[in-house]
Amino acid sequence: MCRIGAIKSLNYVHPSMALQLMQSQQKGHDNSGFAMVMHDLGGIFENYKHLPTLSMACTDEGIKLAEEMLHEAGFQRVMQWVPETNPQPGLDINAMPNYVFETFDFPKHYRNGEAKEKEELLLDMRLKLRRLLEEDEQGFVYSFWPDVITLKEIGDPRDIGTYFNLWQPDENFTAKVITAQCRQNTNYDIVRYAAHPFHLQGYTALANGENTFYLKNVEFQRKLHRGYIGFESDSQCFLYTLHYVHRELNWPLHYYKHVVTPLPFDDIRQREDKEQLLAIRQSLAHLEINGPNTIIGVLPDHTLFTCCDAKKLRPVVVGHTDDTVVVSSEVCGVNEVLPQRDWETDIYPNEREIVAVTNELEVQRWKQ
Amino acid sequence: METMRVQNVTPNDLPWKIRYDASRCTLCGSCVSACSFRAIEAKVERRRMVFSESEFPEPKARFSAVPVIRQARSIKNYCRGCGICEKVCPNDAIGPLRNPDNRHPVVTRCLGGDSIKRGGRKNLEGAQRTLDKIRVGRISQMTDPSLDAQRHTFDLLAPFGRILPPKKLPLGVGPEGLLQSQEKTPPVHWIYPVIVGDMSIGALSWRMWEAVAMAVAYLNEECGLPVRMCSGEGGVPVRLLKSRYLKYMILQIASGHFGWNRIAKAMPHMVEDPAGVLIKIGQGAKPGDGGLLQANKVAEHIQAIRGVPKADLLSPPNHQGLYSIEESVQKMFLSFNAAFKFRVPVAIKVAASATSVSVFNNLVRDPYNIVGGFFLDGIDGGTGAAHEVSLDHTGHPIVSKLRDCYLAAVAQGRQGQIPLWAAGGLGKTGDLAADAFKMMALGANGVFTGKLILQMAGCVGNDQGRCNACNTGLCPVGITTQEGPLVHRLDVDRVAQNIVNYFLAMDQEFKKLLAPIGNSSLPVGRSDALIATDHAVADKLQIQYAC
Repeated sequence: MCRIGAIKSLNYVHPSMALQLMQSQQKGHDNSGFAMVMHDLGGIFENYKHLPTLSMACTDEGIKLAEEMLHEAGFQRVMQWVPETNPQPGLDINAMPNYVFETFDFPKHYRNGEAKEKEELLLDMRLKLRRLLEEDEQGFVYSFWPDVITLKEIGDPRDIGTYFNLWQPDENFTAKVITAQCRQNTNYDIVRYAAHPFHLQGYTALANGENTFYLKNVEFQRKLHRGYIGFESDSQCFLYTLHYVHRELNWPLHYYKHVVTPLPFDDIRQREDKEQLLAIRQSLAHLEINGPNTIIGVLPDHTLFTCCDAKKLRPVVVGHTDDTVVVSSEVCGVNEVLPQRDWETDIYPNEREIVAVTNELEVQRWKQ
Repeated sequence: METMRVQNVTPNDLPWKIRYDASRCTLCGSCVSACSFRAIEAKVERRRMVFSESEFPEPKARFSAVPVIRQARSIKNYCRGCGICEKVCPNDAIGPLRNPDNRHPVVTRCLGGDSIKRGGRKNLEGAQRTLDKIRVGRISQMTDPSLDAQRHTFDLLAPFGRILPPKKLPLGVGPEGLLQSQEKTPPVHWIYPVIVGDMSIGALSWRMWEAVAMAVAYLNEECGLPVRMCSGEGGVPVRLLKSRYLKYMILQIASGHFGWNRIAKAMPHMVEDPAGVLIKIGQGAKPGDGGLLQANKVAEHIQAIRGVPKADLLSPPNHQGLYSIEESVQKMFLSFNAAFKFRVPVAIKVAASATSVSVFNNLVRDPYNIVGGFFLDGIDGGTGAAHEVSLDHTGHPIVSKLRDCYLAAVAQGRQGQIPLWAAGGLGKTGDLAADAFKMMALGANGVFTGKLILQMAGCVGNDQGRCNACNTGLCPVGITTQEGPLVHRLDVDRVAQNIVNYFLAMDQEFKKLLAPIGNSSLPVGRSDALIATDHAVADKLQIQYAC
């Protein structure tokens, strides 16, 4: 079983907090990796919020190939940050030679373009880069999006933290939303792309559990959008459905719950909005999920949310103080990073709700 | 001695031989009067008895006339092996025995100069059934727990009606962040995933048809199972058309349009919409052939319901005036949709064929979004009457064809938009839940079944040539006949009860299959839950091979 966690704060927080959140739950995961996605970046990225940052692990050749392709497409690098690594002997980490975060300015003719147009361009670029580097495993492109950074490595999370100097808080590498997970996919071969959280066009999702409707979801999603690729993990399906419902169909977030865990027919019939709910259940039947899982997601506007499977087979708890909300598989994680909070206000979301945290840190509970 | 007449028909030429034990027979006559085929008759035999009355053998012969039961030696009144004589005999003195030396296929054609017709299913026994080489092999354990079949609530419903692609849903976000419908969408009914297949009143006796209708109403109103029944192409009694029970009926129209005069006339008086309309293009048991109701079954009430004289009723193999799939969509579907003001889903039924996927593709891509279901019927389906050569030698197995259609939909991202309903020998071994479940995992939204319903009612026919006389109008158990005395053999209430009980049992069995794979709703498209113990089957169906 894996453990997931997320932090959303009014202040910029350092990934060390995410490491601590996950470290306390280490008995529940197998310490086979560490992955995180940071939204709403501070530190050295704070002034570049509107420009896309490429998060990539690669070989030397991989950097060269990727940069060539980006330059050819007209992207201009405005900032680069290579984390200082600390390759001590004995660390359990299986790192790629380079980890780079590079921020680019858009090609000239896009700079005054519509947001939508730019967003499609960024997706296309990431897909092209991924395909380019896939050959001979020259690199792994995790995200290419404004105000978003992704880090994924294979190994012991503690050692990964040490390797990237993430245990020491600093002001340079921070964000207001961090989602994290500490386990490589154990069901199949270890593939870097298979580690949660997953990111697509500003949407991030990670999950604890398994999706037994994986095949149904995959067969349907493959044809829904060009960005729905990979499927190295059954949890990618959660991200793609989130993206489809919220961005492609442009429905409010709470309909995500109606899509992934539709109400039983008997319940739908009792509802005033039965016509809409039935239409959703019918047309999106192949996006229903099944099996035990808890999902944490982030929207492009940095809203953080969590919801569970229809039977609530996996745990999750939301704890908060005045300036920080933490979502965690286990309460010990929340205790670790928010020891002073009033634990009586913790929320244990049920199988029929979405708990969402706005940018003002208002915690909303939406009953399905 | 007169010349031997080897061409004369004797019981040894026929598919069944009567076993008769004169020493047990009380000559009560029950068997003779019960045999609807007149395949046995009372005869008198001349017997010779040799006896001696003295202390020493002084043989004398005595001749006597003895009444016996004898098998008819005729290709018209031949024994079908139905076993009714055995059922009624109080002394176990008589019964049919399968004749392995049967010459019937040759003799009948030679003497009759006509093709052999019969009812039932394909009688060529091939290898093991495909569905029996498939198991539900993905068992939830450990982290992904199985469900409790007894306590968990399951959503055992399947769609009947056209389902829109998500981006075509006319939903807009209202002022409070709620989705609102901006225009009407095609009607979709969520019904039980097993439809009682299309068997006409005419093919079935009025008591049988009534029993099925009663069972369906009972399942809906007392058991909470929204089972639907398809009328078959033969009209519907007007009283039913005007009743509230019409909502459980799917009205069928086929190329003969039988009964539609009355249906159209009853429309203004309908208090409920029918559950749907099913346009029958083809039938799995006799693909490329139309319906066939022989004159001897066209009784007075059938003439009235269908509006026809007493004559052989043949539905043409083609719908007149339909020259293309597009036309079938535009003309038939639009007219039937319009007839019920777009409130009733209209679906199509075709025989499985090498070209089924093309037909399906045409329908699923239609821009009008009006085809509300694709009913695919395989070679193992049953029929009331067909030429034996069609029954045994034409058609296409359902399993791979259904899978092909589903995968064609998947390849276009259109799965589920036209619900797939499969039939054709499902439940042949008596276990419909398992067959239906596997078909659903392969991509069917639901299944329909006809022959199995007859077996629930007491049909004694099987696929080894037993009975199969539905076409004759002499059904020995009153199911496929319009002869009063035969029809009255059928106990309407018990038939309805059997059907209801079977559905209740099947419902339990569905849950016992859903629980281990952790599904609360039907496993449509969950081919990952199946394994095949045969390589070729696994490859063809794209499921896991296991041994």
